[in-house]
Amino acid sequence: MTKTPIITARDVDVFYGQKQALDKINLEIPENKVTSLIGPSGCGKTTFLRCINRMNDLVDICRVEGEIKIADQDIYAANVDVVALRSQVGMVFQKPNPFPKSIFDNVAYGPRIHGLTSSKAEMEELVEWSLIKAGLWEEVKDRLQETGTGLSGGQQQRLCIARAIAVKPRVVLMDEPCSALDPIATAIIEELIDELRKNFTIIIVTHSMQQAARVSQRTAFFHMGNLVESGPTKTIFTSPKDERTQNYITGRIG
Amino acid sequence: MTSTNTSFLKGQAHLTKRHRAETRFQMMGRFAIALSLAFLIFMVGSIFWQGKSALQTHQIALKLDLSAKNVDPADIRSARFDAIIKAALRETFPDATKRAEKRKLYGLVSTDAGFELRNQIEEDPSILGGTQIIWVSASDDVDIFSKGQIDRHVPESDRRLDDQQIGWIDNLAENGAIKSVFNTKFFTNGDSREPELAGILSALVGSALSLSVCFLLSFPIGILSAVYLEEFAPKNRWSDIIEININNLAAVPSIVFGLLGLSIFLSTFGLPRSSPLVGGMVLSLMTLPTIIIASRASLRAVPPSIREAALGMGASPVQATFHHVAPLALPGMFTGAIVGMARALGDTAPLLMIGMVAFIVDVPKSFLEPATALPVQIFLWADAPERAFLEKTSAAIIVLLLFLVLMNIAAIILRKKYELRF
Repeated sequence: MTKTPIITARDVDVFYGQKQALDKINLEIPENKVTSLIGPSGCGKTTFLRCINRMNDLVDICRVEGEIKIADQDIYAANVDVVALRSQVGMVFQKPNPFPKSIFDNVAYGPRIHGLTSSKAEMEELVEWSLIKAGLWEEVKDRLQETGTGLSGGQQQRLCIARAIAVKPRVVLMDEPCSALDPIATAIIEELIDELRKNFTIIIVTHSMQQAARVSQRTAFFHMGNLVESGPTKTIFTSPKDERTQNYITGRIG
Repeated sequence: MTSTNTSFLKGQAHLTKRHRAETRFQMMGRFAIALSLAFLIFMVGSIFWQGKSALQTHQIALKLDLSAKNVDPADIRSARFDAIIKAALRETFPDATKRAEKRKLYGLVSTDAGFELRNQIEEDPSILGGTQIIWVSASDDVDIFSKGQIDRHVPESDRRLDDQQIGWIDNLAENGAIKSVFNTKFFTNGDSREPELAGILSALVGSALSLSVCFLLSFPIGILSAVYLEEFAPKNRWSDIIEININNLAAVPSIVFGLLGLSIFLSTFGLPRSSPLVGGMVLSLMTLPTIIIASRASLRAVPPSIREAALGMGASPVQATFHHVAPLALPGMFTGAIVGMARALGDTAPLLMIGMVAFIVDVPKSFLEPATALPVQIFLWADAPERAFLEKTSAAIIVLLLFLVLMNIAAIILRKKYELRF
């Protein structure tokens, strides 16, 4: 790695009540690259993803120990404002979840609450920029006032991506963004992810190893709450060091 | 499929049994619905049948001497209108000679007839200065006799009107001096001891004032409690205890809330007895649990993905709640509130405890004046001895039911209007 990583996790433990979900995770995530987190169901990859923007705070019984730094700032420090953190670390969820409002309002909501624009024209420009970046502009530019929930599944997910990048975060987290989509919509989103990494650091949780191989430059393999192996995607898929990784990518476990 | 043994569809005997159970269950369901519908139709039908006659009332035409001798055009109010009417009655029916007979004769017209005459003259003074035919309200006995609710074939001692009075009424009817008109007094008057004067307005206004107090108190408090408990409060033993208590409060008999209001609002705080303010406060005690439970249920029905989406954008919990979750839950909250209010509109017991059972003639003009409410008015009239109050009771029930229907329609419209699909 030539540059210093944007996110570093040191000895991260996560507990749900008495149950330990993550055990001593150490991971570095480079800037402007796509990092995929893979592993069998229940391995803790989504839990780790949700630690990065502190969405786990919403779960009462969840406890996070260790240290996660983004751009050298400990995001679990006492003085960190979660609202500010989440404006820098956006998230796209497994199931498309646009607000039941107009397409325009969906994208404009983030900039509006964070006060990113000072005029209506500026807001319109930002919404257009976000929708272009999310590859949705051509399809919706004539019907921005229609409700976002009326779009198709793939379009809804791209709307959610546009909504996430409208606040110009540094990191975008994606939690199995294509698992509810058909192969064509998936292909469009994968292309989009490759395009987006020029501006954003992307971390994607996926069940599909082909998808990880296609979209990511780096891959981390989780198994039963442990980070087994991480490194350049090509290395992980062609010459994994750990036997568990090898078994998983060849389909013997998982 | 004739032979069951060789068929690949095994277990046919069992299958027919299942089908029969299915049919049986559906039949029972249909029967239950038919039965409850029949009861409903019977109840509403009989109320309408009895109440519809209260919308009509009868008037009697009298030939009145309105010359300057009786009414001074310069000083109309000094005239003795009752005496003019009585004189006209005596003239029409000279056979009433004894005191008792005269009293029976005077009883043909309403005690309000003098005022009605005065009002007609004041409205149109040109009728003064000669003999005029004027219509005035009949008494309640004449009214219900004309509606056929007094049977002339029962023995004289068992009916409200004796043979002589019936003779007079028949005479008036033959001469076209009795007519049926729309009963406006029922909608413009307050309560009265005289059935022909009794109206529903004061009870209606009392109910409206109480309900507005109830809504203004219970809707914001209920919704904010629900939002806090559902979205912000930590889930621990205390919130469990609060939840159980709210659920139990919704099932507490309303008269208990009346007693609570009596001891706290009246005895401790010294608020005015019988007032819509206290009535509304007591009703809101009763409505609050309903609103809180309905609002929490509709908040819970909002998909968690909406909450996550907003929080993931960096919205604060308050922003996520009020920008996204609460608007989606609002239709459900409205429905809960209106259901609670409808229950409050129809409830009598708590109002009895705080003195809203008083005999109120005047229409209340403020939240602090003594008032009564629709269901209490129904209770009072149902208790009154006069035969004529029977139809009033039914008519008041119709008005109450009408308001309940209106509130439910409002609930449906609000729900349809604000319902968002997601």
